[in-house]
Parts: sequence; structure tokens; C-alpha cells
Amino acid sequence: MTDQEASKSRDEAFWAKPVSEFHVAHEVPTDAVNLNVEGRRVAAMAGGFGKMYQVTYRVRLDGTDATPQDVVGVWKANFASFWPKKNKFFGPATAITPGDVALLNVKTGGVKLSTGVLVLYADDESFSFMTPEGHMFNGMITFSAFSDQGVTVAQVQGLIRAQDPIYELGMTFGGKGAEDRMWLHVLQQLAEHFGVQARATVDRVVVDRKRQWEHWRNVKKNAAVRSGLHMAGAPIRAIRKPFTRKRAVA
Amino acid sequence: MTQGTLTLAVRQADNASILDVQGDITAGSEQTLMDAYTQAGSSASIILNFSGLEYMNSGGIGLLVTLLVRANRQKQKLLAYGLTEHYKQIFELTRLDEAITIHDSEAEAVAAAK
Repeated sequence: MTDQEASKSRDEAFWAKPVSEFHVAHEVPTDAVNLNVEGRRVAAMAGGFGKMYQVTYRVRLDGTDATPQDVVGVWKANFASFWPKKNKFFGPATAITPGDVALLNVKTGGVKLSTGVLVLYADDESFSFMTPEGHMFNGMITFSAFSDQGVTVAQVQGLIRAQDPIYELGMTFGGKGAEDRMWLHVLQQLAEHFGVQARATVDRVVVDRKRQWEHWRNVKKNAAVRSGLHMAGAPIRAIRKPFTRKRAVA
Repeated sequence: MTQGTLTLAVRQADNASILDVQGDITAGSEQTLMDAYTQAGSSASIILNFSGLEYMNSGGIGLLVTLLVRANRQKQKLLAYGLTEHYKQIFELTRLDEAITIHDSEAEAVAAAK
């Protein structure tokens, strides 16, 4: 295989095929809420409202023989199992694959936030997600593993910007801490899978202090607001449900 | 200027600096890319020539976003040409094409940079 053929093969295997909208192609449990995902556009990589951060979470897998490829293979195959119990990742039954769309139901501030991710890229040593419009942030989050002085290190790295002013406020008042707890938990669970008890670390760098005010209107698609309204309307939907059925039968 | 499998040559065309990409762009290419950007100096526009791009992973896309932030901070335009159909599609998928304008040729990119 020539270098050109090898590059083409990697392009086809590792990247998602072009899509204009999110579409969940796999079966999801009946309790999964698909409210802000189906038909949504991909959030622009360089869009969003808030300051841009590069946040890096790492855990060193000292004492294991697992290679970076082993770690990423396990991570892709069991991604949801490393999440905190209160948050749900509804992906396909198979391992993480480019082009997959997964639903996320995340408990935050008393709201069950319904959103999702698109698997933009996946190879043997890394995989990356992008978000739909209305998600907490624009940008990309990459899960990877690499070798550092003979020790395999697992890493989660986000290059992210809050999508709108509401999320920016939320990130300032508790959101960053919740995000940190989530990914530190995931990395520590991943380490435990390989028999390693280790403390994961976090490093947050501001890439761009400027807020992109031209994107403040993103609030119209805010998934947290829509999820909150959906939750608030649940009792009314429950009352109306039997009558709606009767009408359908008649 | 090389690191990993990426080489970047910097040249001037009118009021723009052209960065000729040769090889792969991955997360490990950060120093090479940022050094080339620094070498490009204060040109009004930065044009990325992707004709020699062999491969780019998601880490490479992340680097382009970081480069875009730096260029925006300096009020510089960022343009690109020479992308294969595949990478044009990746730019469209990630909507990077809304921030980095894509052109079919160097002449077109240089004209758009004016």
C-alpha cells in the first residue's frame, strides 16, 4: 500500500461521514430523553459564546502492562460504564465508531439535561466527540491514551467554549466543578478497570478570554432550558395522556 | 521547521503569508505550526496551503482552532486552499469553513486575502 493509499484508508476509517444534522440511528431505552438531539445541527467548532478553555484531565496507569491501544480499545467498548451513575450515555451497543450519535441525559442543577454527541473521529489511540447546537459547549472533547516514560496515561481533553450566556454563567457558578468531577470520576473508573488506584489530575488553560457576543442568541436553542421546560410540563402531559389515547381510539 | 511528520514553509504573497503544509497534522504538530505562525509575523492574512497534507486527525483540527483564535486576536484573516474533497468535508462537518474560508487555488486565496 502506498503512503497515499494508506492516508485515504485512514481518512475513510477514522472520520465520521459528512452529516448536516444529528440523527440517533440505534435503539435507546424507553426512559432515555431525546429532546435536543434529533435534527439538530452540529455546533460550529469555532463558534459559541464564552471564553475558550483547553481542559486536560489525566490519570497515570502505573503498574499495568496495558498499552495505549489496549486502554482506548477498552474505553471505546465500555464508554458508558465508566460514567457516574446519575449521568447516562446512551450509545450504540457496539464500541464507539465514527459517525455514531449518542444521547446524553445528565443531571445538573435539578434538571435532567437531554443532549447528545457525535463521534467525529476514532482511531486506535483516540476518539473525539462534537456537540449539537443547544449543548453546554461548542468545540471538541478528545479521549486518548499515550505512553509517558514507559507508563500509559489516559487523557480527556476538551477544547470548549460555553454556547451561550446562560451556560457561561452556569460554568462560572458550579458548572466547571461539575465537569471536573465527571471526568475525574471517569478516568479513575477507567484506571480501576486496569487494577490501578490512582488520582486523576486536571489542568485548565484559557485559550481565548474574549467572549463572542455575536453568538448570544444561541440561548434560543439552550438544551438545559428546553429540558427544564420539558420536565415542568411532565405532570400536564401525564394528565392529558389518557384523554389523548381515547381520542386516538375513537 | 519540522516536528514529527509535519514540515511547514513560510513565504509571502502580497499582503499575506502562505504556510505550505507538508505531511501530517496531529496534536504533536503544535510547536511546528505555532512557530510557522510566529514566523509569518503581522501579515494581514494567513493562508494555509494544504496541497501537501497527507493526513490530519482530530488533534490537528483542534490545533487549527487554536491557530484561528490567535489569528483572530491579531485581527488576521485565516484562509485555506489545496484541501482534498475529504478534508473539505471535514471542514464543513465541523463548520470550520465558516471561520476559515476555503479556496480552490492559491491565486483565489491571495485575491480573497486583499
